[in-house]
Amino acid sequence: MTATTVHGHEAHTHHGMPVSDSAAGPAPKRIIIAYGFWLFLLSDIVMFSALFATFAVLGKATAGGPTGAELFDARNVAVETALLLFSSFSCGMMSLAMDARHRGTFYLGAAITFILGLGFLVLEMREFAGMVARGATADRSAFLSGFFTLVGCHGAHVAVGLLWLVVMVAQVADKGWRPTVCHRLMCFSLFWHALDIIWVALFTIVYLMGAR
Amino acid sequence: MFGKLSWSAIPINQPIDMIASGLMILAVLGMLAWVTVKGYWPYLWREWLTSVDHKRIGVMYVVLALVMLLRGFTDAVMMRLQQAVSVGPDAGYLPPEHYNQIFSAHGTIMIFFMAMPFVIGLMNFAVPLQLGIRDVAFPTLNSVSLWLTASGILLTNISLVVGEFARTGWLAYPPLSELKYSPGVGVDYYLWALQISGVGTLLSGINLATTILKMRAPGMSYMRMPVFCWTSLASNLLIIAAFPVLTATFAMLLLDRYLGMHFFTADGDGNPMMYVNLIWVWGHPEVYILILPCFGVFSEVVSTFSGKPLFGYRSMVAATMAICILSFIVWLHHFFTMGAGANVNGFFGVMTMIIAVPTGVKVYNWLFTMYGGRVRFNVPILWSVGFMVTFVIGGMTGVLLAVPPADFILHNSLFLIAHFHNVIIGGVVFGVLAGYMYWFPKAFGFTLDEGWGKVSFWCWFVGFYLAFMPLYYLGMLGMTRRLQHYDNPGWQPWLIVAAVGVAFILAGILALVIQLVVSIRTRERRRDHTGDPWHGRTLEWSTPSPPPAWNFAVLPRVEREDAYWHMKRRAREERVAAAEALAYAPIHMPLNSPTGFVTAFFAVVTGFALIWHIWWLVILGLVGALITTLVFAWRDESEFEIAADELARVDRAHHQAYWVGGTP
Repeated sequence: MTATTVHGHEAHTHHGMPVSDSAAGPAPKRIIIAYGFWLFLLSDIVMFSALFATFAVLGKATAGGPTGAELFDARNVAVETALLLFSSFSCGMMSLAMDARHRGTFYLGAAITFILGLGFLVLEMREFAGMVARGATADRSAFLSGFFTLVGCHGAHVAVGLLWLVVMVAQVADKGWRPTVCHRLMCFSLFWHALDIIWVALFTIVYLMGAR
Repeated sequence: MFGKLSWSAIPINQPIDMIASGLMILAVLGMLAWVTVKGYWPYLWREWLTSVDHKRIGVMYVVLALVMLLRGFTDAVMMRLQQAVSVGPDAGYLPPEHYNQIFSAHGTIMIFFMAMPFVIGLMNFAVPLQLGIRDVAFPTLNSVSLWLTASGILLTNISLVVGEFARTGWLAYPPLSELKYSPGVGVDYYLWALQISGVGTLLSGINLATTILKMRAPGMSYMRMPVFCWTSLASNLLIIAAFPVLTATFAMLLLDRYLGMHFFTADGDGNPMMYVNLIWVWGHPEVYILILPCFGVFSEVVSTFSGKPLFGYRSMVAATMAICILSFIVWLHHFFTMGAGANVNGFFGVMTMIIAVPTGVKVYNWLFTMYGGRVRFNVPILWSVGFMVTFVIGGMTGVLLAVPPADFILHNSLFLIAHFHNVIIGGVVFGVLAGYMYWFPKAFGFTLDEGWGKVSFWCWFVGFYLAFMPLYYLGMLGMTRRLQHYDNPGWQPWLIVAAVGVAFILAGILALVIQLVVSIRTRERRRDHTGDPWHGRTLEWSTPSPPPAWNFAVLPRVEREDAYWHMKRRAREERVAAAEALAYAPIHMPLNSPTGFVTAFFAVVTGFALIWHIWWLVILGLVGALITTLVFAWRDESEFEIAADELARVDRAHHQAYWVGGTP
């Protein structure tokens, strides 16, 4: 919907409070979409926080099975972290390319983001496979259930993000820089950075604190 | 090929099940046949099923809620009849495993599929109109939310015919709900139905919160919003903050059941109380998600029918937001008996008592609004007054339960059942019915019959007291909840009184149905030509009834709270001049989209396949949903234009009928 009618803004006060910009009528579409997507990301973070809380409670509930200290490989996690953080950098480059309407740079940024994200997923899957091979499966103990679910949920988000990225590249190729495509790319970029924030918490709480 | 599904899933040897599901299937088939014979499909598809209009979506939510009210109430009648007879040697007519499914289904349906859709429907319908805008922030997403809710409802009802429903109570506490103790598909039906509808609710919460925070009419600052918008905002913020916890909790229980994990199991170092904590971190805000919009409805109704601005508008807003925050730090009062220790219980007990303060502020505000007003006793205000009396009693028993030592005695007794029905029926049900009767003329252009509305109110009111006051007493006598059979003959008279109360409520529900039928039949003489049948105060009443798809041809300019009231009070000449000076410009409205309906179809397929472990069908359903999303993402046109002439024609006709030609 476009508010073609009024954009006026009178500076009167009400109950002693100045009327803010938010009283100037419906916000532009880009703002509304970004705001809604932020709210979605917040809800996603709330979901993760429930998983974090569970992991914190079950962190030592190993039922006689392997512990975090025995399982976690700091070097592998460091490489994963590096891949994900650099993918956020390339995702940022992608957004700048979008703003500049520069397709070549955009595709390059998207390709780098995709490869780094995929590399992260491969390393994570290798880590999981190694644990499973040592008998540390999700049904071994409450601790491992919490670990695989929390880390796996983040991994699933990354996988969905990669699928989304492929779709967005196809949309840019097919539809060009029309507003809907740009709005979606903006949301994708917010999503991808939010996954970084979650990973930082995950790295700290699961791999650093959980390995003690 | 079909996983766990086989012919034995159909409960052919259980006559009550078969009769109930047979009647349900006949009713559905009859309805489909009627629609087909009458040739209504193209109309239904074009105007309703694919509609992204917030008003239509709101109406469909309310229709779902009313249908599920009948279903959930049937369960209630069966339980009350069972308890009225099953004493001593008499085992009653319901076997235990069936009785357990009934109380589980009753709670699940009434909270998730009656109260939630009703409240969300009212918010969907009224909030954009009150804000003076043309639609919600994300219209297609709104349709997806509606149809995902419908998917959850459909799955729950399928469980009646194919398989079984959970026997674990409406919150499915582990370890009982774990695979070891509930090996059947009942808990899986429960979990997947609620996961799917929960996603719909979350999306709806995001949608409405964005709408309220970012899309108000020019001049409508926060402190000029109608109170219903404030309470809706609080409710939707709670949805955003609470429903993800529910999703995570159910996901963990599903992982326990499907992949043998140990989150909540009794073995493998799992922690069942973790589930109870998490579910109530969602569950306590949930009761405020339901009641806050109802508080908003009462505020609008009391103010409108008293002909006065709401007393203490700012304290009402403050109380609403205080409840919004406090609702997150009281969850432990649902299980003081966990054994968390005196300090923890003490903290949560005190917080629970504190939350009664803002609620008390609201009650006084409503009373002072009526005080000195010229109150018109139409049906909506009867519900409001009935609510005030009833809810205060329920609130006081709640404060009583908030005292941990008292709770240790009353925990899990019928006293608790009486308490929460006291606040949910006296608060939420009275609230949504008040809202239904208040906004019905706006939605359909004619008023509901007052006489049958009054019959319905009095039957509900009297029926509620008869049905639940005995339960308080029985709870104090020591009768626990969820009993299929009991040995103490001294309890029976009270349970018979409760059953009589349910008969009164049944009469109240029948009166609602009759009211609707009578009103539709006599709609020509109860037409609302003014768009303002109650002499309302907020912007929804400034539009024609029913409002055009675009709500407002020109977005209204808001100069103070109770915006429409003050527009009406301006001199008539000024109004005429204002109406004629309006500059109409073409507007863009979102196109209808089948995305929501098709997504929901695949959600039902996926959910059903997951419940019965039909893995190929799961993949098919997910791929279908993905393709639906891609088709939506690739569409080229998302809006259509409405010409200025058309807007001017409809708008001027309305002004002619009311502002210029008509009364006040």
